[in-house]
Amino acid sequence: MAATSAQIYNWLERYAGIVAEQKQYLTGLDAAIGDGDHGINMDRGFQTVLVKLAPVSDKDAGTLLKTTGMALVGSVGGAGGPLYGTFFLRAGAALDGKSEISDRDLVGALEAGLKGVVERGKANPNDKTMVDALTPAVARAKESLDGGASLEEALAAAADAAEEGMKATIPLKALKGRASYLGDRSIGHQDPGATSSYLLLRALSDSLAALPQQAKSTT
Amino acid sequence: MAEAAVTTRLKKLINTPETEVKDAMAGMAAAHSDLIRVEYDPNVIIRKDAPKKGKVGLVSGGGSGHEPLHGGFVGVGMLDAACPGAVFTSPTPDQMARATAAVDGGAGVLHIVKNYTGDILNFEMAAELARGEGAKVNAVITNDDVAVQDSLYTAGRRGVGVTVLVEKIAGGAAEAGANLDAVTELAKKVNANGRSMGMALTSAIVPAAGKPTFEISDDEMELGIGIHGEPGRERTKLKSADEIAEILTMAVVNDIPFKAGDEVLAFVNGMGGTPLIELYVVYNAVHRYLTGRGIKVTRSLVGPYITSLEMAGCSVTILKLDAETTKFWDAPVHTPALRWRV
Repeated sequence: MAATSAQIYNWLERYAGIVAEQKQYLTGLDAAIGDGDHGINMDRGFQTVLVKLAPVSDKDAGTLLKTTGMALVGSVGGAGGPLYGTFFLRAGAALDGKSEISDRDLVGALEAGLKGVVERGKANPNDKTMVDALTPAVARAKESLDGGASLEEALAAAADAAEEGMKATIPLKALKGRASYLGDRSIGHQDPGATSSYLLLRALSDSLAALPQQAKSTT
Repeated sequence: MAEAAVTTRLKKLINTPETEVKDAMAGMAAAHSDLIRVEYDPNVIIRKDAPKKGKVGLVSGGGSGHEPLHGGFVGVGMLDAACPGAVFTSPTPDQMARATAAVDGGAGVLHIVKNYTGDILNFEMAAELARGEGAKVNAVITNDDVAVQDSLYTAGRRGVGVTVLVEKIAGGAAEAGANLDAVTELAKKVNANGRSMGMALTSAIVPAAGKPTFEISDDEMELGIGIHGEPGRERTKLKSADEIAEILTMAVVNDIPFKAGDEVLAFVNGMGGTPLIELYVVYNAVHRYLTGRGIKVTRSLVGPYITSLEMAGCSVTILKLDAETTKFWDAPVHTPALRWRV
């Protein structure tokens, strides 16, 4: 057993704090190529998440993640609401009833979340979206575990891969979402969705490192 | 940006940016209690006598700031419910699912969705939720904005003026008892036969942002603007109303293309900050352009019906009519924003 539902709770709470801190930054990125509300919308969503998580804070990881997904779906609007909402709903379904989570299960939940985002948004890699941060992160986490890394190491590597993916959106031309209407004018700007996804994976890595794990990886 | 809006009062008739949507919903409910009722959390505007047993329900929604779209079109012969989102932000699936349940009279529900990524994704999730509850739900997507040129390489053409016409014509058919598939096909036909293009003289100010969405000089205009201030085809020097009307109408006519002998509905829409006298100046040139090419204008609509807050400007929508679409355009309608033959 490598991770606990307490660590998942810590992740979500930590990310809500990061989104609040980075609200202006995310909104600024969005103003350059979108409609300038990504930080505002994500902050409204994660403030709602904190309220909805409070009464279920001691529940299993699946409940925490599904509660997060429903809170986002019902409060964010725009494209971010259904996309992040679907990510957490699918990840939560993958961890249904689990309070102790194996390394493989946690990375599998991230993969399920990514699959949901791709199905919902129909974005391909290099369309300049959040998929460009999540896809390399999930791949790197799996490779790391396969190579014998601990969960902590695998998630740190995933966050690094997400950061690289986020930066790699800068030279891309947007093919999805409102930024796509800018055509070539979207080139040279970092995608706000890829940025908020990178921050999500970094928060996960930091949460795993911050809280003592229940037992060191045995799987 | 939101902080700035709180510390310096915006020169707008609002109490706070956060309460604007609900305050306006309450005002609509008070003003039009004979036609509509409203629910909050989730926010929905519902036809007063919904659900109508055996009648297909029509639900639309989108960001607020485009009034009277969509809430002003709830009533007899048009929409059964509308879901207002935050200003220029798509509503959420719980709103649409509630609206769908509230208007489902057993004959199914049609979602009318403008082609914006957020609107599409939220309506898709809502349709899944509603179908999970046993409702029969179809969706039609409006995408009539010819200003978007590389539509294969973008999120596609935006839904603009034709949305109003789809809501009226499909609403007329639903009121007359057409079934869900027939109403859906009719709505798709209207979308397929209509095209639009808009322009702006000034930018809107989204209250939560507190400043204009885009900068534009006193001697410039943006051609091909979207209803959220999205940039269009080009920024040019200001021209006369006749020249602007011709540019917009030519782009629309050449797209389908509309031909001599076609019967059309010509719709000149105000973006929110343009007075009706100017819209009629534009309409005059649009009408002259069409008739000069042998296109017969058999129906018309002039006024602010799909707006962008206080943005000044207009859009031109041309819809090719046939006997069926003409009949349901003419059908009785009684909503806060459109009323005839009732």
